[in-house]
This record gives sequence, C-alpha cells and structure tokens, in this order.
Amino acid sequence: MKKVSYYIPLLLFLVLAIFFSIQLLTQKDPSELPSVFIEKKLPNITLDPFEGYEFLSQDMLNNTGNLYLINIWASWCAPCMAEHQYLMELSKSYNITIYGINYKNKLLDAKAFLENYGNPFTAIGRDVSGRESINLGVYGVPETFIVDKYGFIKYRHVGPILEYDINNTILPIIKKLGVEVN
Amino acid sequence: MIVEFGHFFLALALSIFLIQFIIPSLGVKFNSVNMMRIAPFSAYFGFILVFLSFLSLVWAYVTSDFSVSLVINNSHSLKPLIYKISGVWGNHEGSLLLWILILAFYSAAIAYLGKRLPLKLTALVLASQGLISLAFTSFLLFTSNPFIRVFYPSEEGNGFNPILQDFGLAIHPPFLYLGYVGLSVSFSFAVAALFLGKVDTIWVKWVRPWTLIAWIFLTLGIALGSWWAYRELGWGGWWFWDPVENASFMPWLAATALLHSSIVAEKRDTLKAWTILLAIVAFSFSLLGTFIVRSGVLVSVHAFASDPSRGIYILLLLCFFTGGALFLFAKKSPYLRSGSLFQPISREGALIINNIIFSSAAATVLIGTLYPLFVDAISNTKVSVGPPYFEAVFIPLMIPALLICAFSPMISWKRSVLSNLYERIIAIFIISILITSFIIFIYGGSYSAFLGIFLGFWVICGTLYELIIKIGVGKKLDIMYSRILSLPRSSYGMSLAHIGVAIFVIGVTVSSAWKVEIERSISIGEDLFINDYKISFDSYSEVKGPNWIAERGSFTVSKNEKIITVLLPERRFYPASEVTTTEPAIMTNIFADLYIVLGENIDGGNSYGLRAYYSPLLNWIWIGIGFMVFGGITSLSDRKHRLGYLKNKKANLI
Repeated sequence: MKKVSYYIPLLLFLVLAIFFSIQLLTQKDPSELPSVFIEKKLPNITLDPFEGYEFLSQDMLNNTGNLYLINIWASWCAPCMAEHQYLMELSKSYNITIYGINYKNKLLDAKAFLENYGNPFTAIGRDVSGRESINLGVYGVPETFIVDKYGFIKYRHVGPILEYDINNTILPIIKKLGVEVN
Repeated sequence: MIVEFGHFFLALALSIFLIQFIIPSLGVKFNSVNMMRIAPFSAYFGFILVFLSFLSLVWAYVTSDFSVSLVINNSHSLKPLIYKISGVWGNHEGSLLLWILILAFYSAAIAYLGKRLPLKLTALVLASQGLISLAFTSFLLFTSNPFIRVFYPSEEGNGFNPILQDFGLAIHPPFLYLGYVGLSVSFSFAVAALFLGKVDTIWVKWVRPWTLIAWIFLTLGIALGSWWAYRELGWGGWWFWDPVENASFMPWLAATALLHSSIVAEKRDTLKAWTILLAIVAFSFSLLGTFIVRSGVLVSVHAFASDPSRGIYILLLLCFFTGGALFLFAKKSPYLRSGSLFQPISREGALIINNIIFSSAAATVLIGTLYPLFVDAISNTKVSVGPPYFEAVFIPLMIPALLICAFSPMISWKRSVLSNLYERIIAIFIISILITSFIIFIYGGSYSAFLGIFLGFWVICGTLYELIIKIGVGKKLDIMYSRILSLPRSSYGMSLAHIGVAIFVIGVTVSSAWKVEIERSISIGEDLFINDYKISFDSYSEVKGPNWIAERGSFTVSKNEKIITVLLPERRFYPASEVTTTEPAIMTNIFADLYIVLGENIDGGNSYGLRAYYSPLLNWIWIGIGFMVFGGITSLSDRKHRLGYLKNKKANLI
C-alpha cells in the first residue's frame, strides 16, 4: 500500500496532461470568452444603490418584456472611458436600454465620471466588492451582456465596445432578436 | 553570413547535446570512466556553441538586419540600442534561445564546479541536463527557428510593442529564466539520485546552493516583472494574478518549499523522497509555465503568439520530463533509505508545516490558473478565475506560515517542548501587538489591516529576538563580538530573508488598506489635493523621444506649502506601431508613493483627465523583496554552501 502512494504524483500529472491534450487537440481559441450563461436566464445579482441615480433593482433585471444591455464599468478603467461615448450613442441615438453595474468603484469617483462624460444608463447598481459580478462570470471591466426580452443572456462582450463592435456585433444581434433599431 | 554561422552553431550544439546525453549515460551503465568523462567536455562545448549562436542573433538585431524574419517582426531601426538587444528575447523564438543558453550555462557551471563530486553523479546529472537541452534545442530548430531569412529583405522592421520598451522589462526575462532554468539543476540532481538509488548528505549539500541560486534569480525576475507592471501599466497595481504571473509564482512557491525541506534532509537525514519530489515539481512548474505562455491554452496578457504545433511539442516535452521523472520517483523512491521519524514539536516539525503550507499554496494557485481549462474541456464552456479567488484562498494560507515563521528558528532540532518557548512567544506577541495597536490607534484601519501589520511585526520581532538570543545581547562585549563573527552566514541569510518577508507583508497590507485614489479632470493652473499633498498642474508640452512623441504634463507636488518635486507624466505615441502608451510619473519615498497618470484632453482646451494614487509604504514591497534576495545571497556566501567546500572537508579528513 505504501508503495502505491508514491504513484499519486504521477497519476495527478497524467490527469493534468490529458486535459492539456484535449485543450490543444480541439484547437479551441481561449481568447473567445463566451459566457457560461449564454442562452441561460440571468443569475440573481443583488446590487447596492448608486445614490442620485435610478437604482438597478433585482426586479428590473428580472422584469422581462424588453431587451436590455448590462454594462459592467468602473471609473478607474481606461477602456471604460474609451467605450463610454459609444454607450452614450447606443443609449441616446439608438434608444437602447443599458443598465450599469458599477464595479469596485468609489461612489464619488464614479459619480464624477458620469457627470464629466454623461450618463448612458437607465439604472445603475453598485457592486462594491466585485462578488456579484463574479456570479456573472465577469473577467474584468468593461464587459457587456445582451439580455433578450425573455430574460435570457444572448451575448457577452469582453472589453470595450467601440464603433466597429456596435456596427458588426451589437446592433446585428439586437436586430436578430427582433428589436427595431434605426 | 554571421546569421548563418549562428544557425550552424545551433545545429552543431544539437548534436553535442545528444553526445552529452548518450555517452555519459552509457558510461554509467557500463561503468566506463572514460565515457563518463565526456560529460563535462560536452557541457563546455555545448555552452560555447549556444553562446556564439546567441551572439549572432544579437548581432542581427543590433545591425537591424531586416533580411531575418524574426528581426523584421520584432525590431525597428529607430529603437534605442538597449531595446534592440532586449528585443532578442522579446519574442517566442529569441526567448527560447535565451532559455537554452542559460540551460547550457548551468550545465557548464555544474561541470566546472562539480569536479569534486562523485563522477557517476556528475555524469548522470549532466546527461539529464543534456537531454533537456537536446529536447529544447530541437524544439527551437524544428518549430521556431530564429535564423530564418526572407527572400525580399524589408526596408524597415515592424517595431515591437512599445509598452515593452522599458529597462525593467529588458532585464526581466534573463533573470526570470536564470531562475526557471536554474531549477533544472535540482531536477537533474533528483533524477540522478533516483537512478543511483542514493540520497545522502553530500547530495543535499550540492542541491541546496543550486536551488538557492535559482530561487534568488526567480525572486528577482518576478519582482522585476511586477515592478515593470507597476510603473508602466498605469493601473497603480503590481500583481494581477494573471496566468503568466501565476506561472512564475508556482515554481517560486515550490522552490521555497524545496529550500526549507532540503534543510531537514541535510540536518536530519530524512524527508528525502519529499525533497526529491519537490525538486521534480519545481522544475515541472517551470516547464508548465513555458507551456502556458507559448501554447495559447490560457488567455493572458503575456502570451506569445500561439501556435498549436508548438503547444503540442512543449506538451510532449512536459509529459516526457515530468511524467518520466515522476514515474522514476514512484519506482525508486520507496527504496530510499529514510532517516529517523520526528517529533511534532521540533525544528523539523515546523519546517514540515512550512512545506505543507507552501505546497498547498502552489496547488491552490495551480487549480485557480487551470480551472478555466478543466471546465472548458469537460463542459465546453468558458469561465475565468480572477483575483478574488486567489485573494480568498491564498492569503489565509499565508497566515499560519507567517505565524510559524516568527518562532520556528528558535525551536531546537529533534525534540523540543513548548514550555521552553512560551516565554519567548509571549514576549514577541506582546511587543508586536503593542506596535500594531499603536499604529492602528493613530491611523485607524480595518481588522484585516490590523492582522497584516501584526503578522509583519510578529515575524520581525521573532526574527530579531532569535538573533538577540544567538548573539547573547547583555553578555560581555567580547563574547558578543565573537558570537557575531561565528554565527554562520546562512543563519544571517535566513534572518534577512524572513525580515524581508515581513517588510513585504507590511508593504502589501498598508499600501492596499490606506490607498487613496482620485480620478478627475484637471485644467492647467488647477490644484488637486491627495492626502497631505497638493498637486498643481503647471503646464503642458509636447516632447520628442528617439522613437516616440509625447504629450507631457508638468505637475508640482508640494506639502505644507513646500515644493517637493515636479512630476512629468506622459502619453507617448509610437508612430512605428501606431500605439499610444501612458507613462505614469511616480514620486517615491520610504513612506509613500505618489503615482499620477495623465489622461486624454477632455474639452479640446486646457482640461485633461488625471488619475492619482497615494499608496503608503508601497516601496516596502520592493524593499522587502530586496531583503529576501540579499538574505539569499548572504546564505549562499556561507562557507558550507560554497560549491568547492566538500573537497576541502574531505582533504581534512584524510
């Protein structure tokens, strides 16, 4: 019995090697990060109020009937700043509902950010510890999810949404889901 | 022509490595001294060839030879010389050549310093090193040849990522590789010991300094990378639990465990199988890191351009070396003669707890890093594991490690009783609680800040207390003086390294607990207040560098109406790659770092975005690491760790 235990490291390593081989041989691209939750209902997330702005409650997230985007952002994140004008465009020009989750951010900084650059969000909730966003499988900020009118997650966008992304992914997906946009 | 010579030398080195592996192995099998003697010569020759080959690649970069494909892709004629040279290892092919160069260097060093070792051991160690060199050189030549020319030479190179043009990063890979590859020495020693079926004190005495060398370089290499991330990325952070950072951290954890377990193996002639296993695991983590970075199986900001065929090759190498060594371990190690059992309350007991903790820590980092891969393979879904996981599992593991670290050097070997220690433990507990309470009383702070600061001072107090006892403070001066001189340097090295850990822990705790972060727009002439500092935005200008143009803000920092310094953060634009980078400006002193990042112009006029961070004691992180490295070097300079020591000892015996 004692001798068998010396084989444990080898066995553990072999398991690891098998996983590596599967990963390599199936030639998946790890930089594509579709969400675990795609085609699934939005998980429950509980956020804290973002003073001075409409609060993104659980009800609003679950209340189906309208397509919406959830954008996870923070004022300290440079790519968020880069995508901000495009979020404004989506919300103002295309009239799309965007909910904001303010990720690990100080309230004052976040407010100053919105005051400086404008507010694209219909409602905002704060995720102070970052744990609620983990429930969504968020890798980093910014990230954006498209949720259809039945409350199912349809698409996950990692990184900033820029002009190219609006025209080539975001708007086409929204149109495909049967929502009119001009 | 020089490039062709480089190519040729590398091919020649391949055959030399084949000889370095086969002939000495056969020599051991047939007990032929002459065949075993081939080992050191082939190691020297292999090193010289790889060195010349490496030089020729450096030459191609320095002269901007844009007929070499690698140079076109990674260099640019306008780059400053130092970044032309560092560009050699700023890509997959060149960095792998550096990897092999360092491996060959270590082989040559073993051959040179190991003249006093039993010939069989040297021959087997060098054969193992030869096999590793052979595998990596063939990988380089057959899948990622750095010397390939193009038919139509290019006018100009494609530059390389400007964010990588930094002095810290230029020297980061060589140090990191000296660490990574240095662990191959312990690995080869472990494999040789398993073949010979013998682990004795001489073996451990040889492995310890090599592990220490690798550990010192690894610590430095990781710190340089982290320092670069801090200064260059403009996020005010220095560690992000990125897969590639983890890939360098896992061998470090395993090497740290190995350093501690080999002390037990040396002093008490036990824990041998475990020490061998750690030596195998530490180098396997290095190989795993190489695999992760170069195969593209995981997403990382650091990953080289991925290519599945390379991934498969490295995976095969990993399976062969790690799998082979672990198989050998399973077969042979049950027969290793094991020393005495040990008591739970003893130095070896404490070191074993250290080992359990560090191995668990390495395992948690491994699981966190690879978890996305497992989930993907099983359920075809992608998940990611970020800092919250690592912070939640890693930090609690380090708490008991720090608790023990303070007093374990005071526990005696073999058997001790707790009652001997009570008085000391209570003394250091009271002192460190008092210091911590005093600090928290003045500055306020959370429980976690209290815990972090307490642990830091606990380790410092414990370590100093142990030194005081050893030196015999309070005794006559001449006794103290002679004791100070007679204490082994390895003992001072340990104390320095442990104090370094404590300083590091305090730096990490304080800089995150009391960090102040401000982000706002600021116009020329406006002031920004952060903590006690006033930052005034004086002026704005455009400057030209060797291969970039920058917008530069000039900010005067003052405290209590006294001007302290001027900070010049920049936004640099590199025309060659059309990339803009931010160059944060940092004011640093022993108490705090003030870190500012210039943002974009906001209104087309005088207003700019600005981020400012005030991080108290952030410098202590680097100072702490400096202490650890210095402790390692001090310990390495100990007479008994010196690599030629065995010979002298033997001579005395005769």
